[in-house]
Amino acid sequence: MSDHAHAIEHHETSTGLDSRKLAIWTFIGSECLFFATLISNYLVHKETWLTGPGPFPHQEWVSPAGQHFEPIIEIPLVTLGTALLLFSSLFVVLALANAQRGNRKGLLLWLGMTIMCGLFFVGMQVYEFTHFVHKGLTLKTNLYGASFFTLTGFHGTHVTLGVIWLITLWIEAFRGKIPPAKSLNLEIAALYWHFVDVVWIVIFPVVYLIT
Amino acid sequence: MATSALDQQRAHAAAGHAEPTGLWSWLTTVDHKRIGILYGSTAFLFFLIGIEALLLRIQLGSPNNTFLAPETYNQLFTMHGTTMIFLAIMPLSAMFFNFMIPLQIGARDVAFPRLNAFSYWVFLLGGLFLNSSFLFGAAPDQGWYGYANLTSRQYSPGMNVDFWMLGLQILGIASLAAAVNFFVTILNMRAPGMSLMRMPMFTWMSFITQVLLLLAFPVITVALILLMFDRFFGTHFFVPAGGGDPLLWQHMFWIFGHPEVYILVLPAFGIVSEVLPVFSRKPLFGYAAMVFSGAFIAFLGFGVWSHHMFTTGMGPIADTFFSLTTMLIAVPTGVKIFNWLGTVWGGSIQYRVPMYFALGFIAMFIIGGLSGVMHSSPPADLQQNDTYFIVAHFHYVLFGGSIFALTAGGYYWWPKMFGRMLDERLGKVHFWLMLIGFNVTFFPMHIVGLNGMPRRVYTYPEGLGFETLNRLETVGAFILGLSFLVFLINIVKTWRGPRNAPADPWNGATLEWSIPSPPQEWNFAEVPVVHGRDPLWEVKRQRGGPLPEPPRVSGQGIHLPNPSYWPLVAALGVAGVMVGVMAEPKVGPWGIMAGGLILFIGVFNWAFEPAG
Repeated sequence: MSDHAHAIEHHETSTGLDSRKLAIWTFIGSECLFFATLISNYLVHKETWLTGPGPFPHQEWVSPAGQHFEPIIEIPLVTLGTALLLFSSLFVVLALANAQRGNRKGLLLWLGMTIMCGLFFVGMQVYEFTHFVHKGLTLKTNLYGASFFTLTGFHGTHVTLGVIWLITLWIEAFRGKIPPAKSLNLEIAALYWHFVDVVWIVIFPVVYLIT
Repeated sequence: MATSALDQQRAHAAAGHAEPTGLWSWLTTVDHKRIGILYGSTAFLFFLIGIEALLLRIQLGSPNNTFLAPETYNQLFTMHGTTMIFLAIMPLSAMFFNFMIPLQIGARDVAFPRLNAFSYWVFLLGGLFLNSSFLFGAAPDQGWYGYANLTSRQYSPGMNVDFWMLGLQILGIASLAAAVNFFVTILNMRAPGMSLMRMPMFTWMSFITQVLLLLAFPVITVALILLMFDRFFGTHFFVPAGGGDPLLWQHMFWIFGHPEVYILVLPAFGIVSEVLPVFSRKPLFGYAAMVFSGAFIAFLGFGVWSHHMFTTGMGPIADTFFSLTTMLIAVPTGVKIFNWLGTVWGGSIQYRVPMYFALGFIAMFIIGGLSGVMHSSPPADLQQNDTYFIVAHFHYVLFGGSIFALTAGGYYWWPKMFGRMLDERLGKVHFWLMLIGFNVTFFPMHIVGLNGMPRRVYTYPEGLGFETLNRLETVGAFILGLSFLVFLINIVKTWRGPRNAPADPWNGATLEWSIPSPPQEWNFAEVPVVHGRDPLWEVKRQRGGPLPEPPRVSGQGIHLPNPSYWPLVAALGVAGVMVGVMAEPKVGPWGIMAGGLILFIGVFNWAFEPAG
C-alpha cells in the first residue's frame, strides 16, 4: 500500500482512528484478561503453597532431611531489570518522535536503546530462571514454582516477541523504510511494548515485593 | 462525459470480467463472502458429525442397553457438546458475521482480510485436530467442561484430554483473531451516515459478541495452558495431592463458559431481530432498548459464572450474589422478548419460512429462559444439578434458541449468499419436523430430570419410570434428524435450479438487499450513504415502490485486497506446533520447532507482502 493511499485510508475510517491502531488497542484489551487470569492464579496459590515443600520466595524453609533453603528471590537484580524495562518505554517514545520527524539517526539510536533494554530484561530473566533451578526450584517443586514460572515466563515470552518485532523495525529503519508517513508501524509496536511494561509494573510488586 | 465512459467500462466488464475460480482461488481468498461460505460449509459438516448425539439417543432408548460401551458413550457425549459449541454454532454465527456484517454496514470487506482468512484456516485445522482423535480411538471423554481432576494424568492417562485441550487452544486462536477483526471492522468500516445507533441489530449483537469473545477467551486460554502444564510438565495447579485446587478450574472455566453462552446466543438474537421486522413489515420495536439490553446481558454475563457451581458449597454469600445476578439477567432478556413481540404485534405478517423459524425461536427460547430462572435459585438447583432437567434447559436455549435462529438466518440470507431461493414448501416441512422433533426430544427431559435421572451416565436401570419417556425422546431425536435431511434435500433440489434470486426477495430494510444476489466481489459499486435505521425501506418509501433490480457492473477502478496464501501457511504453522506438543517426546520438539518456523515464515511474509 503506498503512503498516499495509506494516508487517505486513515481519514476514511468511521472513528478517524487507523484500523491497525484500533486493532492493537483491542488486542491489548484482550491481553489484559490473559494476564489478569495468570496473576489471579498466582495470588490464589499464594495462600496454599507455604504448606508444601520449599523453597519459597520470602520465607526460609528447612526440608524434612534438614536441608536449609534461604528465601529465593533476589530483588536488586530484578529491580535493575524493571528499571531498564521502564526506561525502554521512554526510549521507544523518543524513537517514535524521531521517526515522526524523519530523523533516521535518532530513530536508530533510541530504538536500538529500547531493544538493548528489552534484551537485558530477557537475559536477566534467563539468568534468574537458571539460578532458581540450581537452587532447587522448578515447575514441579511446588505451587510457588509452578505459578512463578508460568506468570513471569509468559510475560518474558511477550517481551521476547516484542524484542523480535522491534528488531525487525530497526532493520527496516536502517534500510530507510520507515519514513514519517510510515511511523505508525513503529507506533503500533510501541503500544504493545508499553503494554508489556505496564503489565510488569503489576507483576513486579505482586511477585517480588508483597510478602 | 465521464459517466458515459464509466458506463461503457461497466458494460465491457459485465461481459468479460469474471471472479477467479478453482481450488487455488479458495485457498488464497481474502474475500469475506467466500470466507463466510467456507465457515458455513465447514461448520455444517461438523454439525453433521455432531449429530453423533443420535447414537447417544439409541443407547438411552431402552434401559440397561449395551449398544454403546460406557467409554464410547463418554467420548460421544463429550465430542457432541464440544463439536456443537465450538465447531457448529460458533462458526455458523461466524459465517453470518463474515458474510453479512460488511454488507450491512456498507463496506467492501473486513478491516483485515488476510487475518480473516487466517482465522478460518486456524478454525478448520483446529476442528480437524480435535476430530482426528477418533482415528486414534482417543476422543476426549471428560465432558466439554473438562472438570479437574477428571483431566489429571492420574485419571486420564491417555491422549483424550490432550486432544481436547490443545484442540480448544487452536480454536481459541481463531476466535480471538476473528474477534479483533470484526470489532475493528464494525467500528471503523461503516458507510457514511451509518452511526452506531443506525446499525442493523444483527451487526449490533455481533459487535457485543466480539467484545465477549475478546474478554472471555483469554481466560480459557490461560486455564488450558495451566492444564497443559499440569499434564505435560508436572505442575499441580488443579491437582489436590500437590496442594492445587480443582475448583479453581471450575471458576476459570465458567468465567469463560458463561459469557460463551451469550457468545452462542447473542448472534441468534441479532438474526431474529432482522427477520421479525422484515416479515412483519414494521421497524424493530424499541431499537435502543434492544441495543442496551444486549449490552447489559453481556455485562451481566461476566458476573454469573458461579451459578454453575452452586453444588460445590461456596457458602451463602456467594450463592446469594450469583443467584441474584442470574435472576437479573432475565430482565434484559425479557425486554428483548417483549420487543420482539411488540415488533410482530399489529404488523402485516408474511408467513414465510424465515418467519416460521424466528417465531419458533421466540417460543422455544422463552421455555429455555424460564427453566434457567428456575435453577438460578440455589435450593432448586441442588435438586436439578447434574440431571436431565439441565440438559433440557440448555438444549432449549442452544437448540431452541441458537439453532432455530441460525436456521431462520439461513433461509433468510440464502438467496443473498447463493443467488438461489430455497423451496418454501420443503422449508415449512423442515420447520414443522424440527419443532415437533425438538419438543418431543427435549421436553420429556424436564420430567425425567426432575424425577432424578442423572446426565452423563451411559444407561439406567429398569423400573425407575424412565423407560417410556426415554423411548419417546429417542423417537423425537430421529424426527429432528429427519428435519435436517429435509433441509439437505431442499439445498440439493434448489441448487439444481436456476440462479435467479432477485436482489431483494423479502422487501428487506438493510443494505445487503440493495446489491445483486449473490453480491459481486466488491459488494458495493458505489459506497452507500445512510440516512436512517432502515436505509433500504427509506429509499423505497421515497420512490413509492420497489427498486429496480441493481445491475451487475464492472469492478474496474475498485480497490480490492490481493489474494494471499500466507494466512494458510501461518495457520499450518499453528497446527504444526500443536501436533508437535501432542507427539512422542522424541519427535515432539522437532515438530514444535518446525511448526514455529512455518508460523514465523508465514507471519513475516504476510507482514511484508503488499496488501493490495
